[in-house]
Amino acid sequence: MAYVAVKGGEQAIDNAHAWLAEERRGDIATPALSVRQIEEQLGRSVDRVMAEGSLYDRELAALAIKQAQGDLIEAAFLLRAYRTTLPRFAHSVAVETGTMRIERRVSAIFKDLPGGQVLGPTYDYTHRLLDFSLLDDNAAVSECATAVANSDVMPRVPDILGDEGLLEADVVSSREPGDLTREPLTFPAARDVRLQALARGDEGFLLGLGYSTQRGYGGSHPFAGEIRMGEVSVEIEPAELGFSIDIGDLILTECQMVNQFTGSKTVPPQFTRGYGLVFGFGERKAMAMALVDRAMRASELGEDVTAPAQNVEFVLYHSDNIEATGFVEHLKLPHYVDFQSELQNVRRMRQEAAE
Amino acid sequence: MKGYNFAYLDEQTKRMIRRALLKAVAIPGHQVPFGSREMPLPYGWGTGGIQVTASVLGPRDVLKVIDQGADDTTNAVSIRRFFALTAGVATTTATAEATVIQTRHRIPEKQLREDQIIVYQVPQPEPLFRLESSRVETKRMHGLADYGLMHVKLYEDVARFGQISISYDYPVMVNERYLMSPSPIPAFDNPKMDMMPALQLFGAGREKRIYAIPPWTRVRSLDFDDHPFRTINAPYPCGLCGAADSYLDEVVTDDRGGRLFVCSDTDHCAERRAAGHVGTDGFQEAAE
Amino acid sequence: MTLTAGFANPVADAQSCFRAVLNAMARPGRVHLVAGVTAPFPLCGAAAAVLLTLADHETPLWLDADAEAAGGWIAFHTGASIVTADRSAFGMALTLPDLTGFPNGTDEMPETAATIILQVASLEAGSRFVLAGPGLRVPAILTVTGLPTDFAAIWQRNHGLFPRGIDLILCSGGHLTALPRSVSIKDA
Repeated sequence: MAYVAVKGGEQAIDNAHAWLAEERRGDIATPALSVRQIEEQLGRSVDRVMAEGSLYDRELAALAIKQAQGDLIEAAFLLRAYRTTLPRFAHSVAVETGTMRIERRVSAIFKDLPGGQVLGPTYDYTHRLLDFSLLDDNAAVSECATAVANSDVMPRVPDILGDEGLLEADVVSSREPGDLTREPLTFPAARDVRLQALARGDEGFLLGLGYSTQRGYGGSHPFAGEIRMGEVSVEIEPAELGFSIDIGDLILTECQMVNQFTGSKTVPPQFTRGYGLVFGFGERKAMAMALVDRAMRASELGEDVTAPAQNVEFVLYHSDNIEATGFVEHLKLPHYVDFQSELQNVRRMRQEAAE
Repeated sequence: MKGYNFAYLDEQTKRMIRRALLKAVAIPGHQVPFGSREMPLPYGWGTGGIQVTASVLGPRDVLKVIDQGADDTTNAVSIRRFFALTAGVATTTATAEATVIQTRHRIPEKQLREDQIIVYQVPQPEPLFRLESSRVETKRMHGLADYGLMHVKLYEDVARFGQISISYDYPVMVNERYLMSPSPIPAFDNPKMDMMPALQLFGAGREKRIYAIPPWTRVRSLDFDDHPFRTINAPYPCGLCGAADSYLDEVVTDDRGGRLFVCSDTDHCAERRAAGHVGTDGFQEAAE
Repeated sequence: MTLTAGFANPVADAQSCFRAVLNAMARPGRVHLVAGVTAPFPLCGAAAAVLLTLADHETPLWLDADAEAAGGWIAFHTGASIVTADRSAFGMALTLPDLTGFPNGTDEMPETAATIILQVASLEAGSRFVLAGPGLRVPAILTVTGLPTDFAAIWQRNHGLFPRGIDLILCSGGHLTALPRSVSIKDA
């Protein structure tokens, strides 16, 4: 029989997309999931997709999750591809987490502090027992007693330490921060760009790297100085107005790690900082980010750079899951031309070796 | 396409890419960093090539897209559709009719002309990456034209295997200044890059680099006097069209060792068959 | 002061002008026609089109004294900020400026060198130069009115910096051509 090259790629693609749509919907006897339901009831997924998708829009994130069948990296990719086409109207002024409307605030380094410890909606002390009552769609939820925290008296813990000079000062820069979504990464990468990369980075990758620093690969003796979650205002300052106006609110999670530092010839012993900030409720990510941020400051602080988490180039080039998933998965695209050249090469080398 | 600009990218992005392209042409073989955007196709699927094509393409262009030399591979079909949809440009499978050719892993067999542009999709623009993983270091090496590392690697190949063992993505020197990755084309295609009449543009989206070779530019595959560069191809004519000088795909036809070697360049093969050329496995097709 | 319009069809005209510049860079010295902008005094149509095609708020621009009259038009249509030569990404000049006053890139980042758009009296008649280098199968002849008499020597000093160096886009009326740093130039 004669060989007939496979044709009809276009038809195959259409068929694949139709099949995918059917799979996505699942059994039509089951009611369709609404975007609103995802937004309301899968909030932590929405938060993660907004963080890694670099776009704060709960509804679009929920839509992306629905479209991606709950594949959160695929959903983040959908958001990224959408945000890339959006015009930029303005840059916000820096958000002020010190005046965050607190929903959760814990410090591991003081027993009590002004404003107190606020547990908030946390899984921390849940016993991980499957809650079979949730099988019932109509299960009642008992009302919770929410005490609104008094955000006015809730200074950021590092500021408390900083007053005594025990913690390195935050460096205020008047320079415009870099933007990795507009300009390619260059080295040495300043901390603003590093933090942006981490804030967009893959939670799993940062978690693994942060964890590695705790096991001796670039250890920095971290203490969770403070973790706070809540709502902050976003303000812009139009040039023609000369003062800032509030354009909306964001929910953020901020983590300030306080790390032991023995000092150097020029710097007295003091604590150093690692910083994490992510969209939504993303405590795990914010903490991992703070660990990795501090690890990447090794060379700036005169420490030996020996571990993966301390290698800025390694971390920044591999933290983005959209880049990573693309390149790993592209291996499934046809490579038969290259493989054929390798095949012929090996055959020829074997033949020449045999002669 | 409603709601999107011509060829998808906004004009600001196109200007940024166009500036990078002009610098790339002015410095043949040098990797120019650019603000690569997230495209609606994944990194690895040709986002660099797509951004370059989108920045170059105009309404009068005729676009050809190939992957592995073939117009009908799924990713080539998908990219061609993307541009047909977003730019409304005419598309073709005929190499001779195209003004812009976007490719992954091959250069067409037919010699390209002065009025054509070929855009390569590049997964890894850094030719030294297997030898030095730090881009800070490789950038320094390019700055100094210090390519000792690559020469040592090739020398070690010769010492161990009696020959240079690279069969694709075979490194080239452009204009005797920059070491460059030709993208993962088979070494068979390398000689086509040398003194090519067409402009060659390279886009690496994930790695955020653009580079270029102007027409009529010397592109030399690295080698040694006593181990000259040589191309690799299956030692058969095409089973369908009988071509003895085109790059061949190996197709497994049964589970008893059956093999068929056919042109990887599907347009080249079809054109030859239409002109009456028949290979040893092709006559049956003609009879059917 | 009223400003004349930019491109009639911003997307298509920019693409078409870009292709002309790309082709000119790729084949140094070859002259291309670019279509329609009503250029602001004292710029020619080609120079105005190149600015609209390539300059924006990300590209600081230097103007020579003669080009300053078009500063308002350029700022309005491109958003480019006007800077000193040593900080510029583009220069717009009606007389060849001192090339050494512009960023010429670094060994590691030669792409950060400036591009100078130079308006000349003619690309059809005048002094003849022989060009050789990438993009040229055989040496090409460039004919220009409006370059200094020692241009070949000035250029060779720039070319000698390769891979660093300034790239030049020459414009006259509706025509343009380009001299990338990679090209070497002799008097014909």
